[in-house]
Amino acid sequence: MTRLSRRAFALAAGTAGLSLAAPGVLHAQSTGRLVVIGGGFGGASAARYARIAFPRLDVTLIEPKATFVTCPYGNLLLAGERTLPQITHSYDGLKARGVRVVQDWADGIDATAKTVRLRGGQTVPYDKLILSPGIAIRWNAIEGYNEAAAEALPHAWVPGAGEQTTLLRRQLEALPDGGVVGFAIPPNPFRCPPGPYERISMVASYLKKHKPRAKIIALDAKDAFSKQGLFQDAWNELYPGMIEWVPLNKDGRVTKVDAREKVFETELGTRHKVDVGNVIPPQSAAKIAIDAGLTNETGWVPVNPLTFESVRARDIHVFGDANIGQVMPKSGYIANSTSKVAVAAAAAALEGRPAPGPTVYFNTCYSHVGDEYGISVVGVFRPTETGFAETPNSGGVSPRGPLAQQREQRRLEALYADAWYASITKDAFS
Amino acid sequence: MTRLRPALLGLALALAPAAALAQSAPAPLIALSCAGCHGPAGAGEGSVPRIAGYDREAFVQSWAAFRANERPASIMNRIARGFTDAEVAELAAYFAALR
Ligand SMILES: Cc1cc2nc3c(=O)[nH]c(=O)nc-3n(C[C@H](O)[C@H](O)[C@H](O)COP(=O)(O)OP(=O)(O)OC[C@H]3O[C@@H](n4cnc5c(N)ncnc54)[C@H](O)[C@@H]3O)c2cc1C
Repeated sequence: MTRLSRRAFALAAGTAGLSLAAPGVLHAQSTGRLVVIGGGFGGASAARYARIAFPRLDVTLIEPKATFVTCPYGNLLLAGERTLPQITHSYDGLKARGVRVVQDWADGIDATAKTVRLRGGQTVPYDKLILSPGIAIRWNAIEGYNEAAAEALPHAWVPGAGEQTTLLRRQLEALPDGGVVGFAIPPNPFRCPPGPYERISMVASYLKKHKPRAKIIALDAKDAFSKQGLFQDAWNELYPGMIEWVPLNKDGRVTKVDAREKVFETELGTRHKVDVGNVIPPQSAAKIAIDAGLTNETGWVPVNPLTFESVRARDIHVFGDANIGQVMPKSGYIANSTSKVAVAAAAAALEGRPAPGPTVYFNTCYSHVGDEYGISVVGVFRPTETGFAETPNSGGVSPRGPLAQQREQRRLEALYADAWYASITKDAFS
Repeated sequence: MTRLRPALLGLALALAPAAALAQSAPAPLIALSCAGCHGPAGAGEGSVPRIAGYDREAFVQSWAAFRANERPASIMNRIARGFTDAEVAELAAYFAALR
């Protein structure tokens, strides 16, 4: 039965020749078909881990892009400290492990028939579906901010092939000294809570070296943000007078943009003219999760905190940025660490074992704020009856204090951030 | 825990990777998040030390020292406080068994 459907899938997907070469399918006895949608931090980690820990599972990864450009370290690209190839990863490592990689979009999920419909026309059957498709931008949630506007005011928040991040970099290079760089920052929850502030820091670092008279205005839809004290200490010390952060209660929420004139307009009607504008818009779970009916009124996917199974559809596990993970942040680290719990739960069900018991979910987010200057936030989380909770008396942010006192801590954290990037991308793509 | 020597690994991967991998005991879930900084299977990465093959007793002791802020640390002190003694013992046993 399983064997037949696998053959049928291979033929339908037109990958019969390929699948013969893929070592994973040499197994006479597959314990089930695990189909993964999305080859980002969550999905790639899931596919790789599934092949290592549950070698008798048949693993298929559906991802439209030939290579994956990471959001992490994209902010260093903006500062001119990384190149696009340095943050681009191929799927060759996963293929060598026996993951069948299908380069296509998943256009629909039939949770009753347990199939995924691909844009190319094929239908892929699954026993367990692993969904880590990331975010979608809520176009027009800020008036005037649509796909065309993003060509003038890049979001650079969903990397695609890197177009948006490289566009923002080119705009920064073309900025006149004395020009203004504007940021529009969304309310919670959104992908990577410290991300906008790391970006502000990296852009400031670039401007300080190359256009020291330029200014940054950051318009925020929140009154507080991740690692706020640490970021603001660093801005005062490293980039004095360069960055103005405007919180919600000082009319910081951008409600409208004019892409042609490069104007950000806030709730009370203040118009801020910028030379380069980065709009980080409000977000939701990716389209496929919405289309499959997995999201609730928040726009994100509710899941069982022990298994990451969707509460709306059986046999579909959703993790990474697409789910409701509060109080865990939407981070690559969380996508990676929770992917393994979801896969273990799915594999246990397929192999007739009980689901793994409650475990620990773990996050470290580093941010670069200047040369040899890194800060971090750590979180140790556990599942509860209703969601996720921080483990009391654990985690937290780097110690505050003047650079003169904290130089070694900051230097080490910048070094460890680089090691983190190398480690986690290996754990997902190698 | 069966380990393949690197020279054999290539051959095994070419022939029957899944069978070869199936022989190793699966890592406990709790240990898998360490890969984010210490590399897959605790192999170490850049400036972040290798923890595969770390002596079991020493692992437990270092952890206790991190937790008590008695060992120089940039972030492990913040992490150590979030894990129970039983969890630390499980981590120690797993990483000590890796070569
Ligand atoms: C500027 C910035 C900096 C960041 N820095 C950090 C950091 O330092 N540390 C950290 O931990 N996190 C960081 N993050 C957050 C991190 O990028 C995300 O949390 C992480 O990528 C989420 O993983 P994911 O698997 O949910 O989504 P993604 O990694 O975005 O992967 C989703 C994949 O699904 C694919 N997909 C979507 N829809 C479909 C479909 N219908 N069919 C097939 N495939 C589909 C997409 O093509 C994509 O490849 C940062 C984010 C930003 C924006």
